[in-house]
Amino acid sequence: MELQVLWFALWALLWTVYFILDGFVLGLGMLFGRLSRSETERRILLRSVGPVWNGNEVWLVTAGGATFAAFPTTYALMFSYFYTALLLLLFSLIVRGVAIEFRAKVDTTAWRTTCDGAIAVASFLPAFLFGVAFGNIFRGLPMDAVGYHGSFLGLLNPYGLLTGVLFVLLFAHHGALYASVKTVGALSDRARQAARRLWPWVLVVALAFLAASKPATRLSDNYLHWPVLAVIPLIAVAALAAIRFFESKGSLPAAFAASCVTILFVTFTGVAGLFPSLIPSSIDPAYSLTIYNSSSSPYTLAVMTVAALIFVPIVIAYKVWVYRVFSAPVEEKDVLTDTGMY
Amino acid sequence: MDVLTLSRWQFAVTSMFHFIFVPLTIGLSVLTAYFETRYVASRDETWLKMAKFWGSLFLINFALGIVTGITLEFQFGMNWAEYSRYVGDIFGAPLAIEATVAFFLESVFIGVWIFGWEKVSERVHALSIWLVAFATNLSALWILLANGWMQRPVGYHLVTDAAGRVRAEMVDFAALLTNSFAWTEFFHTVLSGYAVAAFFVMAVSAWHLLRKNETTFFERSFKAAALLGLVSTLLVAMTGDMHGVEVAKVQPSKFAAMESVWETQRGAPMHAILIPDEAGERNSLELISIPKMVSFLAFHDPEAEIRGLKSFPRELRPPVWPTFVSFRVMVGLGIAMILVCLLAVWFSRKEDIAGRTWLLKLALLSLPLPYVAGLLGWVVAEVGRQPWIVYGVLKTADAVSKSVSTAQVAGSLAGFTLLYGGLAVVDVWLLARYARRGPA
Repeated sequence: MELQVLWFALWALLWTVYFILDGFVLGLGMLFGRLSRSETERRILLRSVGPVWNGNEVWLVTAGGATFAAFPTTYALMFSYFYTALLLLLFSLIVRGVAIEFRAKVDTTAWRTTCDGAIAVASFLPAFLFGVAFGNIFRGLPMDAVGYHGSFLGLLNPYGLLTGVLFVLLFAHHGALYASVKTVGALSDRARQAARRLWPWVLVVALAFLAASKPATRLSDNYLHWPVLAVIPLIAVAALAAIRFFESKGSLPAAFAASCVTILFVTFTGVAGLFPSLIPSSIDPAYSLTIYNSSSSPYTLAVMTVAALIFVPIVIAYKVWVYRVFSAPVEEKDVLTDTGMY
Repeated sequence: MDVLTLSRWQFAVTSMFHFIFVPLTIGLSVLTAYFETRYVASRDETWLKMAKFWGSLFLINFALGIVTGITLEFQFGMNWAEYSRYVGDIFGAPLAIEATVAFFLESVFIGVWIFGWEKVSERVHALSIWLVAFATNLSALWILLANGWMQRPVGYHLVTDAAGRVRAEMVDFAALLTNSFAWTEFFHTVLSGYAVAAFFVMAVSAWHLLRKNETTFFERSFKAAALLGLVSTLLVAMTGDMHGVEVAKVQPSKFAAMESVWETQRGAPMHAILIPDEAGERNSLELISIPKMVSFLAFHDPEAEIRGLKSFPRELRPPVWPTFVSFRVMVGLGIAMILVCLLAVWFSRKEDIAGRTWLLKLALLSLPLPYVAGLLGWVVAEVGRQPWIVYGVLKTADAVSKSVSTAQVAGSLAGFTLLYGGLAVVDVWLLARYARRGPA
């Protein structure tokens, strides 16, 4: 296999893992004000992501770094074309991180309320902006030999907005399921209820996204060329159905796992149509950024491949260990006995 | 102001702000790990209290270091797209590897350390903070391998594509990893981080000792920090000397600006007091000269030839004033820090530190020294490299994004300044609050 193809797969996988892992933190951040009825419950919810949210966000840094190292031209153009959107994203991620970490450091209601509001807004915006950005990548950007002819407002086209809404709903639903698994009692029930109420919306918007992708993008070209790819959206829909199935049976961890699979296959539905482009040109495919015209040299890709083969399994191993250490649901006694953090 | 100027300001503001938090993270993680290890080995509760108290201050500082770091990675693409396209083949790799080998380790095990007091054994808990400390230092290494490549590009060749665009491609990863410039930069930077942590711990301890709070706790903290401070400031000076030799050899235009040497000469003297005159291409004042000192510092040879600024075309000279002044003040602060640490170690060798008010006040007032010295060091490194973004290969003016407008960068610069200003206020306030509160 050509290294560019391998790195296309890794590129897509890194972004997807980020969406799955930060997806539930962002979703929980959007919902935690509504799910909780007391300060203790808010602390329980934050505590449920406390040990892992930081490590989850690193997948974004890795995805960005991998884009830089493997496809530098795409990295350069994608990041400068999305300047304003990325700026809002950065501000949101900074505010969210600080608000989560500093919320418990000052014991006044005004401070905590401010942090809660900041967490909600700064969780919604990244989810929405990632959706808008990827919707526009699937759709193609107005770029040619001269450069970029788009603007921030141009990104907010109907298809971009639809993808933004899809990401918000997917993550919110994902976060609600995570909360239902990681808490107990009334709080867990409320989170489960929220997931039940969100599910039909996720389904409708996901189907609308699939339907709109045909006229709005060229993603279907690959599906017509390799009909076998159709299993990807089919698995996405099946996984989405499985969430409901497991949830109504009361197997919440299985429902959450199905939600992870859903996000994986929804993202890959778009990515499979994108190949071999990383960012198509909506003006003329001749100007598309592909894995061939925007990649690093074979030598650099080989170095990166060796580094990834050695270190990514190690990362996965200790991350699995950490999730196991903190696998128990967070209970009231955890936040009441611990005066320190969150 | 144009996109280039605004982007340079933005990079300066965001990277300097990030670097307020980084050195303390590097140093205080190691100290916290040391304290916790002493507890595990001795069962002495004071060590545990020390790990918890200094660890809590570490976390407040760490949070901002983390969130402001992402900005830097994104900014290469956002504001410096031409740079990213030109050098991404070789410069992207260390950044991606940094995230994979270091940033994950740090971010995952900090979670174990914060939330794992009751979930993992004492040894695993202590190991977690050691892994965090190791990862922050490893992170610095990869970032400085990337920066070291901008200072002394190695292991690459220039390739022209079909469209006539040139870019640098990696041909020798080992050369990138063994870049001597990056390694002297790494040791100099990391050791200065230990110095920041030492001065931080000394200052907070001094504040409490002046009030006779928790004297056992803070005397022990003070002594450990004073010793770390002395060792690290001496090593910072030593690696600084090694680094200066490297700069003289690799970046003669930066070295000439650091010492404000205009004429190429053998046995160049050092002037204790000196005022550069950039327009007149000379120094308008040179007082108290030490013969042959600059040549000696540059090449450890008093007769060595120093290339003067006039041997470079005007457009290839760095701005002399900021480079020269930053370098001078950094060195001066470094010497002052060594003296403070010498006094601190000497006068704290017996138990009675709380009685030495003058020493405690000195330690308290010295807190800004390592911070200012570190930031000035970066001014020397980055401003002194101008007009190059990659020394001798690519100019900063050719590296900026083409698709970004003045209004966008003006807006983002204003946004970063406001947001970071607000965060600085919150962080300093929280640090002061928790530092004053003392151990639980």
